[in-house]
Amino acid sequence: MPMPGEWTIQKQFTDTGRQALWMHNYLLMPIITLTSIFVLILLAWTMFRYRRTANPTPSKTSHNTLIEVIWTVVPVLILLVIAVPSIGLLADQYKPALKDALTVKVTGYQWYWGYEYPDQGIPEFVSNLQTEEKAKENGEPYLLSPDNRLVLPAGKPIKLIITGADVIHSFAVPSLWVKMDAVPGRLNEKSFTIDKPGVYYGQCSELCGARHGFMPIAIEALPPAQFEQWVLSQGGNPKGKAATPATTAAAAPAAAPAKI
Amino acid sequence: MSTTTANPDDFHGSHAHDDHGDHLPGFFARWFMSTNHKDIGTLYLIFAIIAGIIGGSISGLMRAELAHPGIQYLHTWAMWMDGPDASMDQAYHLWNVLITAHGLIMVFFMVMPAMIGGFGNWFVPIMIGAPDMAFPRMNNISFWLLIPAFVLLLGSTFVPGGTGNGAGTGWTVYAPLSTSGSAGPAVDMAILSLHIAGASSILGAINFITTIFNMRAPGMTLHKMPLFVWSVLVTAFLLLLALPVLAAAITMLLTDRNFGTTFYDAAGGGDPELYQHLFWFFGHPEVYIMILPGFGIVSQIVSTFSRKPVFGYLGMAYAMVAIGVVGFVVWAHHMFTTGMSVNVKMYFTAATMVIAVPTGIKIFSWIATMWGGSMSFKTPMMWAIGFIFMFTVGGVTGVVLANGGVDDVMHDTYYVVAHFHYVLSLGAVFGLFAGFYYWFPKMSGKMYNEFLGQLHFWVFFIGVNLLFFPMHFLGLSGMPRRYPDYPAAFEKWNTLASHGYEIMAAGMIIFFINLIWSLAAGKKAADNPWGEGATTLEWTLSSPPPFHQFETLPIIDDAGHH
Repeated sequence: MPMPGEWTIQKQFTDTGRQALWMHNYLLMPIITLTSIFVLILLAWTMFRYRRTANPTPSKTSHNTLIEVIWTVVPVLILLVIAVPSIGLLADQYKPALKDALTVKVTGYQWYWGYEYPDQGIPEFVSNLQTEEKAKENGEPYLLSPDNRLVLPAGKPIKLIITGADVIHSFAVPSLWVKMDAVPGRLNEKSFTIDKPGVYYGQCSELCGARHGFMPIAIEALPPAQFEQWVLSQGGNPKGKAATPATTAAAAPAAAPAKI
Repeated sequence: MSTTTANPDDFHGSHAHDDHGDHLPGFFARWFMSTNHKDIGTLYLIFAIIAGIIGGSISGLMRAELAHPGIQYLHTWAMWMDGPDASMDQAYHLWNVLITAHGLIMVFFMVMPAMIGGFGNWFVPIMIGAPDMAFPRMNNISFWLLIPAFVLLLGSTFVPGGTGNGAGTGWTVYAPLSTSGSAGPAVDMAILSLHIAGASSILGAINFITTIFNMRAPGMTLHKMPLFVWSVLVTAFLLLLALPVLAAAITMLLTDRNFGTTFYDAAGGGDPELYQHLFWFFGHPEVYIMILPGFGIVSQIVSTFSRKPVFGYLGMAYAMVAIGVVGFVVWAHHMFTTGMSVNVKMYFTAATMVIAVPTGIKIFSWIATMWGGSMSFKTPMMWAIGFIFMFTVGGVTGVVLANGGVDDVMHDTYYVVAHFHYVLSLGAVFGLFAGFYYWFPKMSGKMYNEFLGQLHFWVFFIGVNLLFFPMHFLGLSGMPRRYPDYPAAFEKWNTLASHGYEIMAAGMIIFFINLIWSLAAGKKAADNPWGEGATTLEWTLSSPPPFHQFETLPIIDDAGHH
């Protein structure tokens, strides 16, 4: 979750998140900072050295093939240095989920999220914004905290199937490096493994109408044993394919969406 | 010919000696039926300034609302717009209307009319030694189409558009929010507004291409054209190729909305992503449409105030051509989180980074133009140097965003807002001010006030940096775009950004004082106020230029004009 006055990317809790964060902090940031400072110094020096009082007679030079080749080739090389790990990062982010990954179907609605665990037989429950008073009561950050969290096991591979019901939304959790659009008519997939138990907040990240800013996301990662308990408490079957789908519907906890 | 002179014969007689053919038409005929490229250019500039005031005021409303967490003013404004019983949802919808209007106005009604319609019309014919544009009447309709387009867009604010009044789709008008998600005529009006503005731009593009290819003075070969003309030529081609795609995309939005087609509706076999592909196939070239004329302006100014010819002229010209060409094959980097396949994402990552190369050539060539020069730091040069550095800062964050895997965390956050405001609000707008101060003496015949010009630059420079730099931090920390309210953790940088807006606005007041003062009481400008460094043809004419210039075509010698 974002910290007050923070000016860096949030701490990461997935492998690909750390890999991407490393690439940003230790490859891209130094390169773009040095490039900007280099241009600034060059500009400042030129402005100082070649001001009219210091250099009343301008030179007539307007070509220098060598330097033009240099400032074409050097950026190409820098970009290659960036491109190689960048392509590698993409390949890692798109590694298909393991066979035993937990599948959750995430659906974006105007203006709340729905979560369904098809393999565990937990039918869809919805997740709405918590009112400011409620959030304060629970000691949670307002506008980041929904009434019902998406509960996931820590340390286990997870596969989210993300779609939209009405317009395009985007399921985003910055501290897991997850952002995937929820597009009506499409099933987008995002897989990751959360390092450790905790609550990870996010917000809808594609303009979806009036209450676009008011449909937060919270992922609660539990230790696997507790997660199984939670699945049982929802009437699901932690071992996989729901054996008794008939009993689950009634037990869905948040079936009554708290519309606000 | 409705001059008010008592004795028409004397009037004509006196002008015969001027050999300028300066037969001014009457007020109505001159400004409402104009076929004169300079007058049409002036109309475009006035239009852009008015649109800029509206679009800039809207951003002021947004910064006021965002200064602190919680809803401060939005609900009150919604009650003005939608009546006293406006709901919170209507207030939130109003927010989306504000962001949509700000984006569309600044892109289609401020930057484009000022850059291409304003400075392009004024100086492309003069710089190539032509008496006027190739199609003067088409030039007139290009301008006047903008008026109904702007009226439609502003009018859409007052009719239903879904949850509340106005089009709240974002300037990108993504389906299905813009189709099934926005009932009411507001979005239809906004779409028609874009159609008309697009038609205006296409006609303008045809006019510029024809003019530049066919009406250059003897000796003005393509490789001798000033870089500003090159920049407008490339821009015109981008407009000609990109805008029809936008027109097609939004026409399908209209039929999806009104006639039951399902181009963008998966339920009928369509695909919402199709709209995004079509939109960004237009939208990415569009950002170069906005910035390329700025490149041209900055090249002229840097050369003038360094008293040196542009370094690496051919490299500069063909870098713009390269940016234009590559700009057409990188569009889907705007769609990295839509769920595209890994190969597509890799391609668009790599292709996007390629653009940094020609952009780098331009930055370094500008510095090399100054290198060894004899620089003076008049107001236009300050804006041009500011442009070079600010555009560099905006450019390097573009390299970060180009990486599809890294972009995931920044996509649709304030990092993107910071990035494109650095290239547009600090890039394109700095280019506009640079050009405005540079050519103001030529266009008006009056000198601007140098002190106020410098003051405007510094106040604006500090203001926009305070306004937009903290947005990088907000984006990295995860604050999404297009939010009327935000978690308390984001307050610090938002408050700072809103203060930055106040400083920027103070800078704009200085600009308008300078503008009014200079027009009313400015010193008379010499034909060439900038000295030996200003070598392009406009400085050979009087200030302001005669109503019709170059009735005898100038002959361009081998010395060249770059």
